[in-house]
Amino acid sequence: MSLIDSISRPRAVRLPRIDGLIQWIVPLAIIAIWQLASVTGFVPTRVLPAPSDVVLSGWKLLLSGELVRNIWVSFWRASIGFLIGGSIGFAFGLANGLSQLSAKLTDTTLQMVRNVPHLALIPLVILWFGIDESAKLFLVALGVFFPIYLNTLHGIRTVDPQLIEMGRIYGMTDGELFRRVIFPGALPSIFVGIRFALGIMWLTLIVAETIAASSGLGYMAMQAREFMLIDVVVLSILIYALLGKLADSASRVLERLTLSWHPAFQKR
Amino acid sequence: MQTALRTALPETELASQANFAPHARVVREERLAQTSGLPLTIRGLRKSFGDNEVLRGIDLHIPAGQFVAIVGKSGCGKSTLLRLIAGLDKIDAGSISFGQDVKPEDIRVMFQEPRLLPWARVLANVEVGLGRDRASQDADARAERALTEVGLADKRHQWPSVLSGGQKQRVALARALVSRPRVLALDEPLGALDALTRISMQRLLERVWRDQGFTAILVTHDVAEAVALADRVLVIEEGRIAHDVVVHAGRPRARGSVELAGLESSILSHLLSADDRT
Ligand SMILES: Nc1ncnc2c1ncn2[C@@H]1O[C@H](COP(=O)(O)OP(=O)(O)O)[C@@H](O)[C@H]1O
Ligand SMILES: [Mg+2]
Repeated sequence: MSLIDSISRPRAVRLPRIDGLIQWIVPLAIIAIWQLASVTGFVPTRVLPAPSDVVLSGWKLLLSGELVRNIWVSFWRASIGFLIGGSIGFAFGLANGLSQLSAKLTDTTLQMVRNVPHLALIPLVILWFGIDESAKLFLVALGVFFPIYLNTLHGIRTVDPQLIEMGRIYGMTDGELFRRVIFPGALPSIFVGIRFALGIMWLTLIVAETIAASSGLGYMAMQAREFMLIDVVVLSILIYALLGKLADSASRVLERLTLSWHPAFQKR
Repeated sequence: MQTALRTALPETELASQANFAPHARVVREERLAQTSGLPLTIRGLRKSFGDNEVLRGIDLHIPAGQFVAIVGKSGCGKSTLLRLIAGLDKIDAGSISFGQDVKPEDIRVMFQEPRLLPWARVLANVEVGLGRDRASQDADARAERALTEVGLADKRHQWPSVLSGGQKQRVALARALVSRPRVLALDEPLGALDALTRISMQRLLERVWRDQGFTAILVTHDVAEAVALADRVLVIEEGRIAHDVVVHAGRPRARGSVELAGLESSILSHLLSADDRT
């Protein structure tokens, strides 16, 4: 396989063994170098604990049940916030993509709200909700809303009008037209929105939990900072990275399953 | 000149429009006996887009089962006329009638773009053509039969994206034909294909038309294609039918025969002389 060939070939095409391993080479190498640097004293453990220390503290927290509980709380907040914000964004995207009236009514307002960085609302949200669950859910939902809304809207608006005309010529009802033409046509764009939203979801949650929470991964990291437990701080950061990667992989799998018709996802 | 150029002016009586040369009449009547096609009568048809008056009074009668080609300069309103016939746009003035009530499935259109659903397999794309019969039990069987007719039965489980341009257009043809339409309107369906694919598609088109006997209305910019396929070639100029040319040659037609070549060059010279005047 030539270089050009491998570049032009979409990466989703060959997930099995070899490609699956290749992507782990660099992270593993970094961990190995890091461990070496710590053991030799090149990097003081006050600055960065050795990977082995991080794993060890993770193991202790796992045994005490604290780690699982905090991960679970964060995961729960992320999912519920994502579902709420995502569904509302999707609903508005559909409505404004399909109805001129709805778009005229709400699109300008939404575009204006979009320009407010949602994290800037944290002080206000704390005043409203305290450090209650609803504060985190609200922020995550708000952050997730816009990428889903914008990409759903964009996806629907860019469905090939010739295909829509074709559907009408062949007597599709509005429902059929949506199910068979408009929604599948908008799906690739909706997935772009989902992937964006997943990133924003974690970012929002980290910030919110760090500032205003009494449980969760972000809270765990802040607590550890108070007690100078740098290994736990690093552990929290790594778990965030892992969860983010997991969410991204899940959306990729879903994408591959639902967009199998797309040339980019076809086996040659 | 041995070609039969006629000018179909509005004052020409529609009834007398059927005064073809004897040979053409024989061919036509033979077809009429077995045709499933619908006749088409257009009177005083007008269509404007804003200030742009595209069709300025079209009068036309097409007997059932006839194969008519429409040629004319780019932008002269061929597609507009076809879309009106297919009921896709609203008529400003005049009328189009098929002599009886028609169901949507009776009239089908094919475009230059195949317009296949990329997310549906070939067979499912053909089933779209069944209209309201999509959900019926024999939908699969009917779609497969239509695919077999265009020679693509073995591709039924493929995604459209893996097909060649010609194959996509054949799927689009199968989709248009699966409901056994009585009028097929084609808007430059072969315009985007390479020369060889074009010729094989022309043969296919002629074959299914002879098999099924629908009335065919083909818009094309290729005059050679028009005289090779059609019983009759209409030239549109300045929003009207400027020439109505009967093609006498029998079928199957020998491509590049002296007769067809003469007809082609005479139609071309009309198109070009219109060009000189403007
Ligand atoms: N939907 C439309 N809106 C405005 N103008 C149109 C529309 N469709 C066609 N026209 C105009 O009508 C004229 C004829 O177009 P068309 O029928 O597509 O020509 P052609 O003979 O090339 O198929 C052109 O000048 C075109 O710009
Ligand atoms: Mg056109």
